[in-house]
Amino acid sequence: MLFKRKEFLQLGSLATASFMVPKFLKSFERIDMVPAGNKVMVILQLSGGNDGLNTVIPIRNDIYYRERPRLGIEKTKALALTDEVGLHPALIGLKELYDDGSLGILNNVGYPNPDRSHFRSMDIWQTGSASNEYVTTGWVGRYLDAQCHGCDRPTYALEIDDVLSLALKGENSKAIAMKDPKRLFGTSNEKFFKDVLKSHKDSGEETVDYLYKTMSETLSSANYIFQQSQAHPSTTEYPKTELGNGLKTIASLIFSDINTKVYYISLGSFDTHVNQEAQQQRLFTELSDAVRAFSKDMKDNNRFNDVMMFTFSEFGRRVSQNASGGTDHGTANNMFLVGGALKQKGVINEMPNLDDLDEGELKYKIDFKTVYATVLKNWLDADDTAILGKKYEHLSFC
Amino acid sequence: MSLSNQLKNQHLLWRAGFGPAVEQLDNLDKTSPQKFYKAIQKTSSKKPEYIQAADNYLQGLMMGVQDAGKQQRQEMSPEQRKELQQKSREGIKNLNLYWIKEMVNTDAQLREKMSFFWHGHFACRNLNIFFQQQLLDVIRQNALGNFRDLIHEVSKTAAMLNFLNNNQNRKDHPNENFAREVMELFTMGRGNYTEHDVKEAARAFTGWGASAKGEFVFRKFQHDDGSKTFLGKTGNFDGDEVLDILLEHRQTAKYISQKVYRFFVNENVDPAKAEWLADRFYKNDYDISKLMEDIFTSDWFYDEKNIGARIKSPIELLVGIQRMLPMKLENEEALLLLQRVLGQMLFYPPNVAGWPGGKTWIDSSTLMMRMRIPQLIDDKDEFNIKPKDDDDQMMGRKDDEMKTKSDGNRMGRAGRPINAEVDWKKYLSYYDKVAREELVNDISGILLQTKKAVNADVISQYADAGSKENFIKTATIQIMSTPEYQLC
Repeated sequence: MLFKRKEFLQLGSLATASFMVPKFLKSFERIDMVPAGNKVMVILQLSGGNDGLNTVIPIRNDIYYRERPRLGIEKTKALALTDEVGLHPALIGLKELYDDGSLGILNNVGYPNPDRSHFRSMDIWQTGSASNEYVTTGWVGRYLDAQCHGCDRPTYALEIDDVLSLALKGENSKAIAMKDPKRLFGTSNEKFFKDVLKSHKDSGEETVDYLYKTMSETLSSANYIFQQSQAHPSTTEYPKTELGNGLKTIASLIFSDINTKVYYISLGSFDTHVNQEAQQQRLFTELSDAVRAFSKDMKDNNRFNDVMMFTFSEFGRRVSQNASGGTDHGTANNMFLVGGALKQKGVINEMPNLDDLDEGELKYKIDFKTVYATVLKNWLDADDTAILGKKYEHLSFC
Repeated sequence: MSLSNQLKNQHLLWRAGFGPAVEQLDNLDKTSPQKFYKAIQKTSSKKPEYIQAADNYLQGLMMGVQDAGKQQRQEMSPEQRKELQQKSREGIKNLNLYWIKEMVNTDAQLREKMSFFWHGHFACRNLNIFFQQQLLDVIRQNALGNFRDLIHEVSKTAAMLNFLNNNQNRKDHPNENFAREVMELFTMGRGNYTEHDVKEAARAFTGWGASAKGEFVFRKFQHDDGSKTFLGKTGNFDGDEVLDILLEHRQTAKYISQKVYRFFVNENVDPAKAEWLADRFYKNDYDISKLMEDIFTSDWFYDEKNIGARIKSPIELLVGIQRMLPMKLENEEALLLLQRVLGQMLFYPPNVAGWPGGKTWIDSSTLMMRMRIPQLIDDKDEFNIKPKDDDDQMMGRKDDEMKTKSDGNRMGRAGRPINAEVDWKKYLSYYDKVAREELVNDISGILLQTKKAVNADVISQYADAGSKENFIKTATIQIMSTPEYQLC
């Protein structure tokens, strides 16, 4: 890279690099920790279609054990929440949150006419569309459009990844995707790029202007995000996993006064057609350990009441196991809600009714878009009807 | 305004191949696009050589497994299995690098570009190097042949059958994955059939599987030979007949033509042109070579709106740079790392739908990374970037090696530079007769397809004016480091 190693190390310490700080950022040089009250949302995507029935387990349901002679998780092994409901044994961290009153479980979340193709169903969830409409913007992206009208730093939403998900792409604004604030900073901070950008005038060529717009937003956001991430870096120990590292980055940003309201991060793949047991065990351990560390970090810093985390997956899986030690694509699924300010806790609605299936598939009871509407309106104070293009009922968990 | 032959030829070479090679520079303004296309067609009609990436050791290991009758991997010892998996992953890396080399060096540009298109169309993940080699060969052999042969052959490869779980598709326990993707992604596209058609097609494919050696097997006793009703036809169909019924529907020709148009011409499809192509593709019984000829010999292909409007995919970008600036890479693995960071690793598509392409290549981090690549090559500086985590869909399988390790043990992390040795000689000699003050414009003309070049003053300001040679080199690197160079 053009950044020589030595230079980069110097820049890593802002104290010795004040000459690098553009004027508009000077005011951020001394960043105080944000007082409580600044609400944020953390979206955790479980990619690949997580098997909800082996996540939140109906431990007294005979149909469940009958349909899953090999995969069914015994009552004694599950982490019991109630007489009827247990969690997957690897989800110890979530069990602790449940005991603590900071976990909510929404069952039977889905949408009408479910699609069983990964990318299509993920599109539906990420765009917040009906299964027969094709929308090219994401629901968080449209939130970004609404919040960031004409702003040049689309940092209201950040994805901890190298590639930006459709969920965070709006009509006019796209969120920033970055795995590491330091890397983004390093690659953006070069004079040649700034001069190239300065010399550009609207070309009238759509793709050229699109690239320049992205470049401009990146350059103006990179310093900002990096500085914020260095202001009050989290000191809590996180598991050394992708998700652990990602949530630690998110925690550090939450402690700063960055304007980010929505964080997006993914874990996967949960597409367990074969060897489901080992795969789910491994991914749930990563999930549980990372969410546990993150929750502790938020609590220790008095910010847990400002955080609303939720999980989702593009679909659940069929009730009956397949012949390969796995499960095939299904429909409705559960979602976890995590936070210190949940208005409804524990198992919020009834477990799936395995007596009443649609060709072997779970029927949905809650449209996922009502969950989006609820968090947009009640948590982020946004115009959910405008963002989702339709009025949805609001749930009561926040 | 009429466009120059040079611009048109560059357009053709970027679309029907991976960009102009330095050897072609002298001919760019002399030859007509028609002549250029004829030449590409001719060189691309040669039968490709099989790419053998698995080394002798791995082949021995595999043969040993088969000789011992251990058809099931479960019968291998855990150590054997682990070793085989690890060697297989290394084999896939080598296959990736061999293919990239072929893309850079071959004069059969259209064949490799078309293969690259099909590689994304028949997106498949499989960690078995032998299966991957076989699928790539099927694609390269048929890339410009007939789509009918291509889809029948691809559908019988071990790589695809395993990836889409058809080994588990049995009479008493159908697995719809294979049938669904064949219809949704390989032939007709969504919205042209019912869920019932998918179920019936899945029944027809029951019993299709592959042996451990990668040979297609038809397991008669797992096949459902009952009557099926598929897309309005009723019969005791098997998989081949289902594929033929799909090809009978003009919608398949339309779906493929549109996708080809988006990939080779313009993301924004001109409906009339796409219909015209679909008609001819259908009438020519899915002759791919004729479809491509229809495109590349049409006047509208050279319309201004189609030139410089396409965002290069990461592979096109990486190969394109190497065609213009031939180079020896000491650290070849850097090419793999760049593929991962930019979001396109050959043999690891994000899911069965392949790479979505277009604007999705570009986000804040990938754009900045793209613009640094030429400097990385030139600068011999540290390669201190973090590869993309790979946690997308693998149909239940997880490639642990693809996953970023957090212990700092990353490829290239130990401060290994790319160490590229660029052979500038031919490139520099092309500019022998160009006056100093014309250089920036000429270099831009060769490298950029956009209507407006990047501001020449900025390029000059950052170029090394010490000597003409250094000026050309640094100006070239700078121009390649701009948003405009991302387009072709």
